[in-house]
This record gives sequence, C-alpha cells and structure tokens, in this order.
Amino acid sequence: MTTAVSLETEVWRALGTVLDPELDQPVTELDFVAGTEVDGDEVHVDLRLPTYFCAPNFAYLMVADAHDAVAELPGVRRVRVRLLDHFASEEINAGVAAGDGFDAAFPGLAAGELDELRRTFLRKAHLAYQEQVAQQLLREGTELADLVEVRLGGLQPSTALDRLRRRRDQLGLPSGPDALLLVDEHGDAVPVEGLSARLRFARTTRVSIEGNAGWCRGLLDTRYGSGGTAARSGLH
Amino acid sequence: MYEKDGTKYFIVDSHIHAWDGTPANQANRYGEGFLNCFYDYHRNLSPESELWTHEQFQKQSEEKILHDLFEVGYVDKAIFQPTYLTDFFVNGFNTTEQDGVLAEKHPDKFIVNGGWDPRDGEAGLGALERLAERWQLKGTKLYTAEWKGESKGWKLTDPWSYRYLEKCQELGIRNIHIHKGPTIYPLNRDAFDVADVDDVASAFPELNFIVEHVGLPRLEDFCWIATQEPNVYGGLAVAMAFMNHRPRYFAQIIGELLFWLDENRITFSSDYAIWTPKWLVEQFVDFQIPEDMQSEYGVLTTDVKRKILGLNAARLYDIEVPAEMRAAEPEIPTGREPVASELNKEAMSS
Repeated sequence: MTTAVSLETEVWRALGTVLDPELDQPVTELDFVAGTEVDGDEVHVDLRLPTYFCAPNFAYLMVADAHDAVAELPGVRRVRVRLLDHFASEEINAGVAAGDGFDAAFPGLAAGELDELRRTFLRKAHLAYQEQVAQQLLREGTELADLVEVRLGGLQPSTALDRLRRRRDQLGLPSGPDALLLVDEHGDAVPVEGLSARLRFARTTRVSIEGNAGWCRGLLDTRYGSGGTAARSGLH
Repeated sequence: MYEKDGTKYFIVDSHIHAWDGTPANQANRYGEGFLNCFYDYHRNLSPESELWTHEQFQKQSEEKILHDLFEVGYVDKAIFQPTYLTDFFVNGFNTTEQDGVLAEKHPDKFIVNGGWDPRDGEAGLGALERLAERWQLKGTKLYTAEWKGESKGWKLTDPWSYRYLEKCQELGIRNIHIHKGPTIYPLNRDAFDVADVDDVASAFPELNFIVEHVGLPRLEDFCWIATQEPNVYGGLAVAMAFMNHRPRYFAQIIGELLFWLDENRITFSSDYAIWTPKWLVEQFVDFQIPEDMQSEYGVLTTDVKRKILGLNAARLYDIEVPAEMRAAEPEIPTGREPVASELNKEAMSS
C-alpha cells in the first residue's frame, strides 16, 4: 500500500511537468487531469479538456507527454493515458498507445509530426517571459539602450526568469548567466532600434496567452462543474 | 438604436445566426458536440439573468429572434453569417437559405451573407453566382475549419480559394468574414494561424477581410497582420462577451486592438444566439478601460463606442445612418502607417 501511495505522488509530480503547449501551464494546474489510478506497476491516467473541439494537435501532445512522463518513473511497467470527451479521443488514445506518432494517428490529415508546432508555442511563451522580465526592469528605471545589454546572471530571481530559462533550454537557446535577456529566435542580440515595438508585440502575445488560459479555465469549469481540483485518485 | 445620457447609438449586430441545433437536425455526435460547445460558451460568459436552458438554446423561433434583437436588443440592422456544417447537421446548421427566410420577410432589419467552400470547385463557383443573385450578397462568411468528408479544412491561400475571391470581387461581394476553427489540414500546424489572411488581404486590396473573433485565440497574430493591412478588420463576436465576467481581459483586448488597428476597423457582434445584444450594448456603452490601465490603453470615447457599435459596419455594408447618430469626427479612416512598419516579421517572431 505504501508504495502505491508514494507512486501516486510521483505520478502527480510527473504530470506536473506536462504543459499545455498553447497556454504554457501544467495540465495539473489547469485541472486537465480527470483522475489517476495506480495498480501495482500499472498506471492509468485520464485527461479532459475545456471543450469537445479543442485542437487535436495540442491534445495529442498533452496525451503523449503525459504518457512519456509517467512511463519514465521507476517502478512503472505499463501506462495507459485516455483523453475523455473529445471528438478525436479515439484516434489520439490509440495513436499514443501505439507510439507511432501523430502522423500515423491521423492518416492523410497531417503532414508530419508536431515538433514545429511545439516550437512555435515555445517561442511565443519565451517572448512573453522576456517581455515580463524586461517590463520589470523598465519600471525600475532601466533605459531601453541598456536593456539590450542586460544578462541573465545580473537579474533578480523570479518565476518569470525560471520559466524563461526553461523555455530557452527547450529551444536550444543560451540560458546561462552570460546569456543576454533579449535575444531573437536564433539567440542573437536584439538591436535597440525597434525595441519598443518588439516589446509591445511581446506584450500582446502575453495578453493573448494569459487570456486564453483564463478562457480555457472558465470553459473547463462550465463543462465539468467547478469543484476545485480533479480527484487525484480513483477513476469513475 | 440605443440612447444613454442624451447620446444616441446606431447599432449594427454584424454576426448573428438563425440556427437549428436541435437533436433532430444533428447528424452525428459531432453536431451534438458542436452545439454543446456553443452552449458552454453561453453558460460561461452570460450574466446570470441572461442564461437559457439547453432546449431554448437549440433553436430560436422567428418571434424570439425579432424580440431579442429588435424589440429589446436595440439593433437597427443585423447581419446573418451562415455556418453550413453539413457534415454535422442534416439540413445544415445555419445556411444562407435558412437565414434568408427571415431576411426576406424583414428586409429593413436583416442583411444576409453567403458562404462558399473552395473544395466545391467549379460547381461551387456557379452556386455562388446564383446565391449572389438570389440574395444580393455584399458579404460572405468563410469557415476554414469546416469538415467535408475526408477533408478537415482549407486555407485562404489554396488555389481554388483565389478563384472564389476573384469571383467575389466580380460579383461585388466586398466583405469577406473569416472564422478559424480548431481543425484544418494539415493537423500538425496551428489551425488558428491567420497568416493566410495576410496573403489574400495583400492580393485583394479591393476586398475587406473581417476576421471574426478578432483572431482569438491568436489575438497577437491578428493584430500583427491588421496593423499592416488596411483592409483587415476585427469582428468582436465572442470577445464582446468577456465584458461581464472578465472586464479587465476585455479591456486588454479592446486596448490592444485600438493600439494596433484603429477604431474604424472594429465591429460589434453578439454572435446571437450564443449571446443576446441587449446586455452587450448596455454594458459596452457603460464600459470604460479601468483606471490603472488607462496610461497604457487610453480611454474609450463616445465616438469610439459609436463606431464600434454600428458606424464601422454601416460603412462596410452601405447602411444609412441617421445624422444624429454619426460620429462627431470625420468617418474617413486616416490610413496611418503600421505600428511596426520598420520591422520585419522575422525579427518579431523570436
């Protein structure tokens, strides 16, 4: 019994590393985990989404990521992840279980895998965190001309900075103390010309991501009833 | 017409439906899922007093539509935006023909738009011609995520789409309303990407491209395109409804739109029957950007509200506006420079 309890906790922690790529938040915090069940060395996870028609590509990524995160845990032999109440549940669940990739799950409807889609949204998230950290510096009196020189090592610790670093690692961009705060998608320095417009666009991106997250939370509550977090064990 | 504090507002509801989402018309579980998705939108964002039962939501009678829009909803002119969805609904969800029945009976109240799908090829071009003649079309609604048999969507940049846009130009259908949805080929890309709007807006400067839901959930991409293309507009369907429960987010949306576009290219819509115009009009006229956000977004003036609520759509559809409801300032858009014209897209997408 004790092992089951601690594996439950490990499973939850593993699921906490799975992000909704579009909203850049963990599925556990978004309440997308409908339930988990540990049965010896087998783990079952049920996921749910705000609407029946949520984009199937993001849904697939979350189901696949959840499967991989749990499968990596020591002591887990078999994982089954099910997406509930979604128009493409069947294809997604079967595709992830078979491990053949997205293209194979939707024959004739996809033109390749989801890596580029994931990158697109990592870039958006990275842009939004850059803006968040930069705005804080501007509020504290940093000039635009100096902003382009700021390096990560000289910054106060913050959640936004942690997240920015993680996204950089995922994008293969420099994230060490010597790395500049403001870099473009290739990791190159950003010129001071046009910087305010760039930051302005980054802000719009942040408004968009945050707004979408709020909307999705609201729809999930409406769909499943707001009752705090999902049951952390026991499937119904 | 809505009047508040001595000011009169001309109201054009630019995005309404007369749909049939009843179980009898649902062809399959997708149709059921589609309607329930809308119903959740309705339940999530409507004020408590405006909530309908699921049954009320499935279909509205002619009397109910007239009542909600014109008797209590302050609307002067409403524009039907068809959504065929014939793979989900036996007789279609909300077709030009269904909408047209009402438009024909009440020509002073409704404008009906058409719809087309480039996957219908040559035959569809002929059908569009007949539709345009039958309904005197000035606008069309496109739903790029519509399923058609094996296909799960299309892009505005598809070769056949260009043929249809040329046909629209030829037929005088100037207003192209676009709605993005969650499924579109190829499924491994972002279905909500509005890059194809950018391309066709440049290729067809004579046409107006009204992106419904202001590009949500990709507000940033929409703003980026709209600031560079003077013939791209933002329709506020869905976005309006955030006003009640999420006023700060609504303020951000409006603030961002006013920053990147201008007040001449944003149009009011209730998305009826997801929401009703009465509370949206009342709340919008009373709405103001919260004080702590005004340094960034400015304030909404009476003229800005007038333009959004009706004058902008009236301009697109040649609707006569009584003199006392026009804006104090000239109606001609200034055609200003894009906000970030000195930057290229490459530099902004890091």
